[in-house]
Amino acid sequence: MPINYYIILAVALFSIGVAGVLTRRNAIIIFMCIELMLNAVNLLLVAFSKMHYGNAVAVSPSAVAGTEAQLFVFFIMVVAAAEVSVGLAIIVMMYRNIHSVDVNFLNRLKH
Amino acid sequence: MTALLLILVPLIGGLVTFFVKQESQAKLWSFVVSLVTLAAMSVNLLMHDEAGRSFTAEWLPMLGSSFALQMDGVSTLLCFLTALCYPIIFASTWKSSYASPNSFYGLMLLAQAGITGVFLAADGLLFYFFWELALIPVYFLCSKWGGEKRIAVTFKFFIYTFIGSLLMLVGLLYMYYQTADASFSMQSLYAVKLSGDQQSWLFWLFFIAFAVKMPVFPFHTWQPDTYEQSPTAVTMVLSALMVKMGLFAVIRWLLPLFPDAAVQYDNVVIGLSVIGMIYASILAMQQDDIKRLIAYSSIAHIGLMAAALFVNNESGLQGAMIQLFSHGVNVLGMWIVIELIERRFGTRKMSELGGLAQKAPGLTILLVIVALANVALPLTNAFIGEFLMFNGLFKFNVWYAAVGGLSIILSAIYTLRMIQKVFYGNENTLTAKGEDITWFEKASLAVIVVAIFVMGVYPKPVFELTTDTVTLILGVFK
Amino acid sequence: MSSIIDLVYLVPLFPLIGFLINGLGRKNLSKSLSGIIGSGVILASFIVSLLIFNETRAEGFTATTVNLFEFINVAGLNIPFAFQVDQLSALFLLIITGVGFLIHVYSTSYMHEEEPHHFARYFAYLNLFVFSMLLLVLGANYLIMFIGWEGVGLCSYLLIGYWFKNNEYGNAARKAFVMNRIGDLGFLLGLFFIIQQFGSLTYSEVFANAQGTDTAILTVITLLLFVGATGKSAQIPLYTWLPDAMAGPTPVSALIHAATMVTAGIYMIARSNILYTLAPVSQTVVAVVGLATAILAATIAIKQNDIKKVLAYSTVSQLGYMFLGLGVGAYTGAVFHVMTHAFFKALLFLGAGSVIHAMHHEQDIRKMGGLAKKLPTTHWTFLAGCIAIAGIPPFSGFFSKDEILVHAFAANPVYYVIGLAGALMTAFYMFRLYAMTFSGTFRGTHELEHHLHESPWQMTMPLVVLAVLAIVAGFLGIPELFAADAHKLEHYLAPVFKASTEIAEAHHVEHSTEYILLAVSITLIVLSIFYALNRFSKKPETGEAEGFGKVLANKWYVDELYNNIITKPLNGLGVFANRFIEKSGIDGIVNGVGKSVQWGGRQLRLLQSGQVGSYVLWMVLGILILFVITITILK
Repeated sequence: MPINYYIILAVALFSIGVAGVLTRRNAIIIFMCIELMLNAVNLLLVAFSKMHYGNAVAVSPSAVAGTEAQLFVFFIMVVAAAEVSVGLAIIVMMYRNIHSVDVNFLNRLKH
Repeated sequence: MTALLLILVPLIGGLVTFFVKQESQAKLWSFVVSLVTLAAMSVNLLMHDEAGRSFTAEWLPMLGSSFALQMDGVSTLLCFLTALCYPIIFASTWKSSYASPNSFYGLMLLAQAGITGVFLAADGLLFYFFWELALIPVYFLCSKWGGEKRIAVTFKFFIYTFIGSLLMLVGLLYMYYQTADASFSMQSLYAVKLSGDQQSWLFWLFFIAFAVKMPVFPFHTWQPDTYEQSPTAVTMVLSALMVKMGLFAVIRWLLPLFPDAAVQYDNVVIGLSVIGMIYASILAMQQDDIKRLIAYSSIAHIGLMAAALFVNNESGLQGAMIQLFSHGVNVLGMWIVIELIERRFGTRKMSELGGLAQKAPGLTILLVIVALANVALPLTNAFIGEFLMFNGLFKFNVWYAAVGGLSIILSAIYTLRMIQKVFYGNENTLTAKGEDITWFEKASLAVIVVAIFVMGVYPKPVFELTTDTVTLILGVFK
Repeated sequence: MSSIIDLVYLVPLFPLIGFLINGLGRKNLSKSLSGIIGSGVILASFIVSLLIFNETRAEGFTATTVNLFEFINVAGLNIPFAFQVDQLSALFLLIITGVGFLIHVYSTSYMHEEEPHHFARYFAYLNLFVFSMLLLVLGANYLIMFIGWEGVGLCSYLLIGYWFKNNEYGNAARKAFVMNRIGDLGFLLGLFFIIQQFGSLTYSEVFANAQGTDTAILTVITLLLFVGATGKSAQIPLYTWLPDAMAGPTPVSALIHAATMVTAGIYMIARSNILYTLAPVSQTVVAVVGLATAILAATIAIKQNDIKKVLAYSTVSQLGYMFLGLGVGAYTGAVFHVMTHAFFKALLFLGAGSVIHAMHHEQDIRKMGGLAKKLPTTHWTFLAGCIAIAGIPPFSGFFSKDEILVHAFAANPVYYVIGLAGALMTAFYMFRLYAMTFSGTFRGTHELEHHLHESPWQMTMPLVVLAVLAIVAGFLGIPELFAADAHKLEHYLAPVFKASTEIAEAHHVEHSTEYILLAVSITLIVLSIFYALNRFSKKPETGEAEGFGKVLANKWYVDELYNNIITKPLNGLGVFANRFIEKSGIDGIVNGVGKSVQWGGRQLRLLQSGQVGSYVLWMVLGILILFVITITILK
């Protein structure tokens, strides 16, 4: 499959994520949209990794040659998981305090 | 070794002071520390201990910076001035009491360490380090123990000097990258060959830092406010010692590093200085607060020194160097008198004082002597310096000397006006209850008076001390 | 080398010691002791001066320099602390210490009402004054002269403001110091020109190289030095401090006007005579300024009613004559007049002091009159002083003033005519003063009349001595007209003015002309005296002056003029600078920078809405902008 399809899919996913973050007020949905953006990036990384695999192996004799991008994906997944755990905890605390998950109520940062 | 002692003794002494909780003990301890410093310096001078005047140790080798201290003629003079002033400051303010005395005296001693370090540093980075080290304690001293408007005023003071320092840091780093051996040492920095354009903008980066500290017109507006708001002991440090840092830095760093630019912009610098002399003198005539009067008078005197440093002849340079010392001594004497007046009568306003000569003849006589030194009367120390500086200025350009000379007249006007308003005339309800100074205060002023006359009559030893610096600078210009 | 010359440093040293003892021990010394110390040290100096003078009288004595120590030696400029003894300085030493001693003795009695520590302070100042003046005349270079030059300025400040409780006196003292400082600046600039031109300030080196120097430079130098002289010796335009200096105790006025201070300018020009001789333009300026001052001050003196003010303006006027003498090259005449003037002016001031003492500090001559009987010694000595200053032979003033006027005639007859007019006025106002004070009837209160008494011997003795000197001193300078080689002073001072005499073309006046001039001047002066005596003995002025007299009584409104064109604008400039340049201008800019940063911060703070959505929006926009930049610019 041409790389273009992957790119278009990833851009679409990412844009949906951005639009979601910008427009929605529900913290959980914003959270999910962030995940969406992360995964769009992951998809791209994997796609490019596959695309350049041959060249990379030819250039470098290293054991991990051509798979670095896929390694990054794992990093991102781990970070995302960590983020989920912390972020969800924050959202839970937020709900406990103000009985809402609407981020527009959460404007105390400026004080 | 003396060089190191001069920094270490006040530094360690100052740190220890923080833990001396009792006021009388803190005073005594800091006084002893300052006396020890003075003793170390005096021994060095008396023994002509040349070897003790430099010291080198490893500091930050990866940056090419070492803990290099070196006293040449003018820095010996200024180190001695610092060592001499501190005991006098402590003695004359003995009766004043400050909240949390341990930190007050500790910070005072730390400032001494910083100031002495500036006079000693023979390494660019070390110089910058001490430059800031001297500033920080003074900032805290002003902002914690100062007058009503202290926060705003010290903030202004800090921003002014800090901007100057940052400009200097940029210049210093640039110079560092130009050195052949990636080193901050004075020799390496001196050896850098710079093009005319580079010299020009580096000159201004450094000059503004020093000009703020001196201060040269129009960078001076922090000074009267800060002097007015600071506790007098701090004002003494500021005006007797810290302003000398700016002038000294010109001698040790600016002129040798950028001689071409110094010649190129000499008219600008001297012009500003001469304007500043007249301008500050005129303003001094308008002041009612004695502290502000002395502040402006000091700006006028500093202006002459700044101008004399750039005239590029021996007379001007020698005059400026001897005046560095004289001005420190004289202005310190002035502040002591003001401190005594303020402590006795609770005001510094000339309009509220008057007739002190009847109640305090001893104080009056000492003040008149110091004031005469302030107007550079012959046979006082300031005359030697001013005569040589005006001569140097005259050689540079007749008109600068003629216009600058007006400050001689103006200084007589405002100084005598101050004497008359404060000391002569009839006493009023406020001044009627005053009393004369104690022997302890008399003694600290007497030291100053002796210094005024000894240097005024026999300045030769000072000239001998500073000749090497003068030769160095004139050599750079050739 | 004779030993006494080497001991010349003793001359200023004695007064310095006296100053230190009186100054430091002022609380512990009794009045009589500080008086004795104060006068004794001057007597000691006088004795040493006499010995020195005796040495200098020897035939073939050449100027001797005595080096004390190295003072300033930098930048190729070597200024030793050295004294020079020659005929000129020796003569001045005698005048200063001699007249000074008499004034000290007089003061012990005049100031007896003062408290002991003020009494000691007074003598300390007097001694310091004499010390400074001695430095001035002894210096072997211009810098030492300048030290004394400023020193006398300081001492006059201290002594004029001696009664410091009175603010008026304080103002007068400040005025004296500041006006002197204006002159000093000129002097200082003159010194710098000398350094630049000759590379030295030592007299011998400067004068040796003076010939052959560019006249323009010499003119500048001499004019600048003359500016200094106008300040110190109270000439136009810097003369207004001297009459105000009357605020000090009367013996101080005598000291300032007779022996010290005001003669400094004359000494300086006489010392630098070769420079002036080589700069004819400066000479003319000196002569014209001197003449103008002589006339101006004389006109003012006519209408003054304060006994000391009359004498003060007469000093200004007489100094003008001395400058006229210097300006026309009559250096000996000027120095001669300094000497005779020192005697009769000290006499007049001390006499006035005696009158004031008797009158319980009343100085207005309109309230005096008929004092001749009550104060016989004062009266006779004062009369001698008046005749001397008026210029009646054989009193001393005649010889010295005549010498100056004859030289002025030779240089330019116009000078002579104006100078003679001034001399007539001098005779007039002096005898107006005399008549209003001593003749007629007493116009003060009855009680005061009852208390009138002659002063004690400490005060009358100096009067008598000075009166004798004022009468006979003229015989030191008998003009050639009467006897050949009788001008002892000229002979004595000849080595000092040798170079000038050789250069300047000698103005010679025919003997017949000189006789006519003498006859005219004596006749007119005598007429003037009789007119004054006649007019004021019978009908003394008692009211305020009117019409033109009011202008004179108000001193031509010069003080007001200076106040309006200098003091007020300077003050206005100060207010303007303080308010607009300093506070609004420079500090305004500095604070403006601070304020604009604060303002900017406040505006940017609005972005921090606290809305998570807006933060994200800004973030996305930022990323988009970065994208655009990357794609379009950094491609």
